[in-house]
Amino acid sequence: MKAAVVTYPGSNCDRDLARGFELAGFEVARVWHKDRALPQGTDVVGIPGGFSWGDYLRCGAIAARAGIAEAIRAHAARGGYVLGICNGFQILTEMGLLPGALLRNAGLKYVCRVVGLEVVATTSAFTSAYAPGARIAIPIAHHDGNFTADAETLARLEGEGRVAFRYLENPNGSANDIAGILSANGRVLGMMPHPERRCEPLHGGTDGAALFRGLAALATPA
Amino acid sequence: MKARVTVMLKDGVLDPQGEAVRHALGTLGFEGVQAVRQGKVIEIDLAATDRAAAEAEVRAMCEKLLANTVIEKYAVEIA
Repeated sequence: MKAAVVTYPGSNCDRDLARGFELAGFEVARVWHKDRALPQGTDVVGIPGGFSWGDYLRCGAIAARAGIAEAIRAHAARGGYVLGICNGFQILTEMGLLPGALLRNAGLKYVCRVVGLEVVATTSAFTSAYAPGARIAIPIAHHDGNFTADAETLARLEGEGRVAFRYLENPNGSANDIAGILSANGRVLGMMPHPERRCEPLHGGTDGAALFRGLAALATPA
Repeated sequence: MKARVTVMLKDGVLDPQGEAVRHALGTLGFEGVQAVRQGKVIEIDLAATDRAAAEAEVRAMCEKLLANTVIEKYAVEIA
């Protein structure tokens, strides 16, 4: 399995994300935002956390229009897998690959701590290695993670089983306690918590590793 | 030609920053502040000389980048 991790100016979780993929057995290529194509045979695109372009204008707004964006869009359109974490989730909503938007946290504060999550959808490759309803501990570190969408979109996400993760205690005001959502085909996942920061015992826990393992086991080339 | 774009959160989208400003105004003794919404203003210098063409171009900029129309609305003034 081949993963491509994109680096934008201001990305700061790109190496951690590459490591998360590698631990699960992926061959990882690093891609620069100015690149126009993904490496041949890319199965999964990883869009990392950080502060692309300093969060100017809106979080993820500039990155969503970077040179590599069209290649990511084409990859998703042909059924390729995309994983966006934290700023990566914001970028995916700005690209329109996932619905809704991420607003300033309701408490207005940057929140950086380990939170409890419920694994809601287990039919996707991303969540397939978790038991249904599993409760896991994963860190969050964001200022703008307050997921919002109109009532109709929320109902569709819930009805189609596209809520991947829910906060056990809502840290940021997200609608329906949503921490991560899937695309209609289940192959694009955006989430605010950082599974790549919870993959090895030295991280203080390994609850994030199953996401990469599940993806490695189930992701079929597009 | 100059354009001024005002971007605001749509009505109904919670604005926690505006709410914090409203609260702070209250504690400063400004009574009767019922609601505050915070947005941003973007000023653009344009080479265009045709007003209608300039407005159309700036609206396209808003749709493509300057506003996230999932959560934001925008207004364009050409001066």
